[in-house]
Amino acid sequence: MSALTIAGLCKSFGGLHVTGNVDLNVEPGERRLIIGPNGAGKTTLFNLITGEITPDSGSIQLFGQDITKTPSRRRAHLGMARTYQIITLFPHDSIVHNVSLALLGLSPLRWNPFIDMRRQGHITERARTALQRVGLAHIAERPLTQTSYGERRRVEIAMALAQNPKVLLLDEPFAGLSIDERRDVHACLMAIPRDVTIVMIEHNMDVALEFAERITLLHFGEVIVEGNRAEVVADPRTREVYLGH
Amino acid sequence: MTFWLLLTINSITFGGLLFLLAAGFSLIFGLMRIPNLTHGSLFMLGAYFGATFVGGLLGTVFNFWLAALMAAVLVAAFGALIERLLLRRLPGQPLAQVLVTLGISFIVADFCLMVWGGDPIAVATPESLIGIVRYGTLAFPLYRIAVIGIAAVVAAGLWLLLDRTRLGAMIRAGVDDPDMARVVGIRVSQLFTVVFSLGAGIAAFAGVIGGPILSVYPGLDQYMLPLALVVVILGGSGSLVGSIVGSLVIGFIYNFGQALLPELAYFVLFLPMLLVLLLRPQGLFGRFVP
Amino acid sequence: MIARIIALAAGFVALVTLPYWMHGEYYINVSSQILFSAIFALGLNIIAGYGGLVSLGHAGLLGIAAYSTGYMLQAGFGHTLAILAALVIGVASMAVYAVLALRATGIGFIMITLALGEIIWGLAYRWISITNGDNGINLHGRPEPFGFAIESARNFYYVTLVVFLVSFAAVTVFVRSPLGAALMGTRDQPRRMNALGYHVWAIRFWACMFSGLLTAISGILFVYYTQFISPQALDLTASAEVLLMVISGGAGTLFGPIVGAALVVVVKSVVSGFLERWNMLLGFIFVAIVILMPEGLVPGSARLWRLAWRRLTAPGKAAVPEGKP
Repeated sequence: MSALTIAGLCKSFGGLHVTGNVDLNVEPGERRLIIGPNGAGKTTLFNLITGEITPDSGSIQLFGQDITKTPSRRRAHLGMARTYQIITLFPHDSIVHNVSLALLGLSPLRWNPFIDMRRQGHITERARTALQRVGLAHIAERPLTQTSYGERRRVEIAMALAQNPKVLLLDEPFAGLSIDERRDVHACLMAIPRDVTIVMIEHNMDVALEFAERITLLHFGEVIVEGNRAEVVADPRTREVYLGH
Repeated sequence: MTFWLLLTINSITFGGLLFLLAAGFSLIFGLMRIPNLTHGSLFMLGAYFGATFVGGLLGTVFNFWLAALMAAVLVAAFGALIERLLLRRLPGQPLAQVLVTLGISFIVADFCLMVWGGDPIAVATPESLIGIVRYGTLAFPLYRIAVIGIAAVVAAGLWLLLDRTRLGAMIRAGVDDPDMARVVGIRVSQLFTVVFSLGAGIAAFAGVIGGPILSVYPGLDQYMLPLALVVVILGGSGSLVGSIVGSLVIGFIYNFGQALLPELAYFVLFLPMLLVLLLRPQGLFGRFVP
Repeated sequence: MIARIIALAAGFVALVTLPYWMHGEYYINVSSQILFSAIFALGLNIIAGYGGLVSLGHAGLLGIAAYSTGYMLQAGFGHTLAILAALVIGVASMAVYAVLALRATGIGFIMITLALGEIIWGLAYRWISITNGDNGINLHGRPEPFGFAIESARNFYYVTLVVFLVSFAAVTVFVRSPLGAALMGTRDQPRRMNALGYHVWAIRFWACMFSGLLTAISGILFVYYTQFISPQALDLTASAEVLLMVISGGAGTLFGPIVGAALVVVVKSVVSGFLERWNMLLGFIFVAIVILMPEGLVPGSARLWRLAWRRLTAPGKAAVPEGKP
């Protein structure tokens, strides 16, 4: 059974086809990279997978379960987690609270209006563990407003990891990072065990190519090339998409 | 027959006044994303200024239309001040914008009470427009027809401005995508001041020409503001056509509602707005969902 | 930290002993007014401050509870039944209000709630068979909880104080709870919260219901205090005032709404006695707050206090922002 299967997914906004008949099949534990020039529809594809946008046609299956009509918030409970291209964190809070919120989202405690959030040690402990995996445990109490861009990127990843997802969607996790920061993020991604399937959108080819096992190339919302690293790099269509000839 | 005819004329007239008020609000909200809760007070302030000019200030009695223009200019200047000194500091902060615009409306309302007192002021219809015009067996109150005409002229003028001038193109660009407009080099902050004072001026002008119909009294601001809001929600923000259609719809519902269902008048008035919000939140012609 | 506890304790003692040091029935009454207005503001703050949902029609909901009480009493029912009815009707109205208003967020929410508030006002004004229109409904007497007569200013103050303290405690518990944290999350990043598995609409709805309960409580205290309810208590100005209490004091803080309520009530009731232009004064105060302390009086004062404290305790050193290494 595949981890994530997309069949015939289409989406248009007005006359603009942003996603055209996309088929995708990701095996459990796979490291899939989605590439394509700007405007290829990569983030839209992610938004369709997570349910933030509804497709015009096609289906999405998560470990055999059809989730095409499942509301976005339920997909998190089914084991899907994502990070965002534009950092969307909670600015008024500390790093550890940000990650705690991610954990709380999957817990029935989130409806509780009586107990004290600060006393929920079990949540804060798991949050700190997640922060440890991205190397931020030492600044857990720091307010988000006093963190660097690279640190915030890692907080995003920690939040996604804290949810113990089965499928992890990373939207340009290396964007805007310095060389050192890229190395840190790369290390923490490589350390993620194989029970998590990872699909990543990335522009930064060096780090991404090293990470990917299979690559899907999108252009104008359609799948142009798909295969392993060597196949995609060698394929003449790849050159065409990026260089125009 | 005359009853229904008069009711219809009054509806269109009131719609015309509402349009003048709502168009400014809609532009300000559409371009600047600021719900200008001072708009009702600007209408009222203009009405008071106009009434004073018409009634005689420092021994000079001003011509009605000149008074309307002067009031509009004064309030437009006041609007520019509000925008530059206060609203400019608060981009994207709805709570602060609400606090400031409500605070200013308190100040303006109390100022009017202080200067002009608590009694309603009747504004004389301009002499040239007193009376009735007859068409066959039908009789139309002349002033009300004139107001419809004025509103139509202003609507046409605004349409020309938005559709045919560079300024209008910039405004429309700003409404559609303020960030993009900035990137393209449009001086968005200057545009804001222009649009805000334009909206304020038109509101004040509406207040003056509405004087002979509504008279001028404390509480006029709170009477008109919710109606303008309903028009904008119904018609859609940032859309001129939306303001026109919305104003006419509300004008009719309000007048017919008052006449036929006085107990439920307010309910009937807000109902279409609620329906629009439930079924089509961007309004009939809106360019975005608020 | 110690300073905070001392301040809170001192405040508590001051409130409990108030009738003994506040001279004059008039001022004790003003204090009662501040307290139930604070409950109203705390209720609005739940959705406006912690939820990011600015309601400009909340006075309508207060009015519904107040009118329900008055109507029930007028119809011959006892105080207990009247109060229960008011609570139930108030919360039920809030449920309808929320379902309609939550169709939108941001500015749309402000506009819908303004309209809803106006509809409720219009009904209060025109539905004369129930509300008596402009003439309003008069109440005669106050309930006697556990045989304790509360006709006097002093006794009414104590009942109001107890209700206020319980309400404040409830708000504090809520704000510190997981649901409170979730609500604040939906205020800051609704899209992200959705992706994290939260039911954003439901969280907002239940926050509205809590707000509705506090508003209804405040409405009941209000109508027993004034012994009268008329449409004026629910007009746009009334909704604007409570919102301004929240924003000027500090939206999204525990003490902000209380300070804001005190500010507005003092200007309205006390300052209005010797300044005819108190409305204008209130307007200027609000504008000044936006310019000088846009986050509100409570957070703004705390910020200034921290600055001053740092200057005092480390004279001659350059001001170093907190937290930087």
